[in-house]
Amino acid sequence: MKFAIVVFPGSNCDHDAYHAVKHVLGEGAEFVWHKETTLATADVVIVPGGFSHGDYLRTGAIARFSPIMPAVTRFAASGGPVLGICNGFQILLECGLLPGAMLRNRDLKFHCEFVGLRLERTDTPFTGLGRAGQILRLPIAHGEGNYYAPPETLARLEDHGRIVFRYANAFGETTEQANPNGSVHSIAGICNEARNVVGLMPHPERACEAAIGSSDGLLLFKSVVSMLSERGDWQGSASLAQQA
Amino acid sequence: MTFDEAVLERHSLSRDEYARIVELLGREPNLTELGMFSVMWSEHCSYKSSRVHLRTLPTDGPRVLQGPGENAGAVDIGDGLAAVFKIESHNHPSFIEPYQGAATGVGGIIRDIFTMGARPIALLDSLRFGTLEDGRTRRILSGVVAGIGGYGNSIGIPTVGGEVMFDETYAGNPLVNVFCLGIARRDALVRGRATGVGNAVYYVGAKTGRDGIHGATMASAEFAEKSADKRPAVQVGDPFMEKLLLEACLEVMKADAVVGVQDMGAAGLTCSTSETGSRGGVGIDVDIADVPQREAAMTPYEIMLSESQERMLLIVKRGREADVERIFEKWDLHAVRIGHVTADGILRIRDRETLVAEIPNRALTDEAPVYRRPMQRPANLEELRELPDEARQPLTRPSDALLAILGSPTVSSKRWIYEQYDYMVRTNTIVPAGLGAGVVRIKDTTRALAMSVDGNGRFCLLDPRQGTRLALAEAARNVACAGAQPIGATNCLNFGNPERPDIMWQFAEAVAGLGEACRALEIPVTGGNVSLYNETDGRAILPTPVIGVVGLLQDASKVRGRVFPDENLEIVLFGEGDGELGGSEYFKTILGLIRGMPPALDLARERALQRLVVDLIGRDLIRSAHDCAEGGFGVALAECCFDAGGLGASVSIPGISPVDRTDRLAAALFGESATRVIVSVAAGDLQAVLAAAARANVPAAQVGRTGGHTLRIAVDDQVVIDLGVAEAEARWSAVLSNWLDGQAA
Repeated sequence: MKFAIVVFPGSNCDHDAYHAVKHVLGEGAEFVWHKETTLATADVVIVPGGFSHGDYLRTGAIARFSPIMPAVTRFAASGGPVLGICNGFQILLECGLLPGAMLRNRDLKFHCEFVGLRLERTDTPFTGLGRAGQILRLPIAHGEGNYYAPPETLARLEDHGRIVFRYANAFGETTEQANPNGSVHSIAGICNEARNVVGLMPHPERACEAAIGSSDGLLLFKSVVSMLSERGDWQGSASLAQQA
Repeated sequence: MTFDEAVLERHSLSRDEYARIVELLGREPNLTELGMFSVMWSEHCSYKSSRVHLRTLPTDGPRVLQGPGENAGAVDIGDGLAAVFKIESHNHPSFIEPYQGAATGVGGIIRDIFTMGARPIALLDSLRFGTLEDGRTRRILSGVVAGIGGYGNSIGIPTVGGEVMFDETYAGNPLVNVFCLGIARRDALVRGRATGVGNAVYYVGAKTGRDGIHGATMASAEFAEKSADKRPAVQVGDPFMEKLLLEACLEVMKADAVVGVQDMGAAGLTCSTSETGSRGGVGIDVDIADVPQREAAMTPYEIMLSESQERMLLIVKRGREADVERIFEKWDLHAVRIGHVTADGILRIRDRETLVAEIPNRALTDEAPVYRRPMQRPANLEELRELPDEARQPLTRPSDALLAILGSPTVSSKRWIYEQYDYMVRTNTIVPAGLGAGVVRIKDTTRALAMSVDGNGRFCLLDPRQGTRLALAEAARNVACAGAQPIGATNCLNFGNPERPDIMWQFAEAVAGLGEACRALEIPVTGGNVSLYNETDGRAILPTPVIGVVGLLQDASKVRGRVFPDENLEIVLFGEGDGELGGSEYFKTILGLIRGMPPALDLARERALQRLVVDLIGRDLIRSAHDCAEGGFGVALAECCFDAGGLGASVSIPGISPVDRTDRLAAALFGESATRVIVSVAAGDLQAVLAAAARANVPAAQVGRTGGHTLRIAVDDQVVIDLGVAEAEARWSAVLSNWLDGQAA
């Protein structure tokens, strides 16, 4: 299995994703510089966290124009699994692979902490091994993770089961207190209509070893590996979409 | 050209110093040269008041790869690797513009580390502020924390720990000391040295603007309230630019294309050229017309003195120029050739055909004045060390006192602060901020590094020598509590105006104390920073030496934190003390006093204790370890129960009859005797632990057990504190957010 990890000049979680995939999971991983125009033979694409091009303007606003992004878009359109984490999620929003936008956190402060997430959907490539309603403990580290989408978009996301993760407490309740940034509907992660592109603000790649606080994040990486090795390729995306 | 007094004063140069410049040059300087001398001979760059004292510090040891005098120190950590670390202050800029002042402080120390060829992997901050009742202090704190986060989080280096204390004297002069640690191959350390006549001198990074001109001289002058007018002397940080620089520089170094690298921090281009030149014993020839400039019509004076951020000077190996340019191009940076290395030791600054400055490198660096400033023990010292009667009043409500101390800003939880820092990026953080020393594992090895910064200005006010000994001991004890052997120290010495003999006495005593403690604990000092003139309107800060200690943990999987991990564990107190309350948090919070003598410190016993703790952690015999510091045993025990889901503890300790006749109960609960650690031990390991302590000659007593949801402390068999952990923790947790939430950064 080969994971391509896109590297923007301001990426800073690229090495964390690489470490999780390569050394913890034992799968293939390769960095792809943002000035490249192809993804070669990637099976999975990770758009990692960081601050892509400084993000002084708006997170991810410049990254969407990077030479690699058309290749990522084509990969996604062909059904390839794409995971955007934190700044990677913001970039996927900017380039339209996922709907909505990010506002500054409700209290205008950067937050770095472990949060609870309720897994809503297991019918994406990154959550297949999970159980709906399962609580994951993952860290967040962001200043702009307050997810927003207009009501009609939100309704579509809810109706089509495209909200993959919500912030929740240990009992699975999506309370105001369990929501660290003010995201609408406690949204922590969503997928596209075809379900093969997933973005989330929390950092699964930082939660793959008990020694650093949690291994709940492994679920996302193991799920995609398991699904790809069962199917052998990515023809499965369509059938997954039909299940939903 | 001769200059009048007004010009010299603007350059913070004395008449004698000017005479020395004329003597060194053999002529009168021009204005550009005068400006270059003024920044290089400023206290900040030249250490002219502190140098004679700093020379006495122990800087050698079997692990030391690089001592003071380079961009950062380095120690051998095994596996062919070096830990490169240093601490630096950005106090004055952080008062003038908190966000940018703190942010550029972070940027500056990160550059010092990667300049040595090391990848930065951890940051710590030691901060001091006025009291939170003061709206300006709240604004400064919010801005400083946001600035540290804004820079560190963006560039992707975790802030894994630090410490914060509050005192009125910091109201107009906050302290922002930033520590950074990086990892390099020990055989690939890079020095800030120019060698090889004919080698090209390259400028990389941000363009030069008019910002920060005379930053070094500003940092070397006392503050008056009107300093807010000096805002143009504070630089603006660009973490994205620094990230590009970091990656590009590390790539160039890995390609072995450079002989030396120096960042342009204080005194900018002047400092980086003259220091690399003098260290290498060569001259440097620069054409400033080739220096990338952000603004039009900049004068040579402005270009040479600008402190624009995120700029580096590279001495490139002959024939490798194209490789260097290609690597910087990859990162969308331009490496510009601005000059070359010469044989004659002279720094020549040209503006095309015009020679604008010509100064021997050594005149700017090694020949800078060195002062043995007069010293005088402060007149009020004896009075401060006397305890007034009120210090002896009986403690009648111990639970309330404990809650009050837990609720003091200095002792309270710093979660509000550290959650604004990304403390886990790079996935190495195995003990995060707030749970003890910061600990990061070193991937591809079994090891980890623990680090702590500590300093107690109250102790140093009462006895600077003893206060500094205690600071080093505490920092080392903190890394030992994680299971790490202390292997190196760095220091940031924050004091008032050294031209005042009482301040200079404090400084000299502090350095002497640091030397004593480092020698006794065999921890070499590999570098540091001095920040003087920390005064506002003639009032000095508490003398605040901040000591950073780095420790090596052989087996990262054995790391320990402060929190009791389970119920039914035996609680053991290592060490004993006389219950000293001098300079304590109890005196400060409950009685509003900074009086008395700081605690005693027997360095041989300290060493035995630290070795015992490291040994027992290595043998898996203790489950948690936490040192007793501000607030003494009572606060330390409470902290062992916090951030642990409400798990309680019940202990019984003997009362103490202090020689200075302070209250017996207060001394037992809140006395700040040094060399004490609370550990938790599985019941089956208790005998082994006590036996090991006896062999090591460390006093040890089983004092209680973990369990339940209350914090219960009996003194002389009488329960004096019986509090719900939740209640105590709520008090401790809410302090900063109560004061600061809603405060715009």
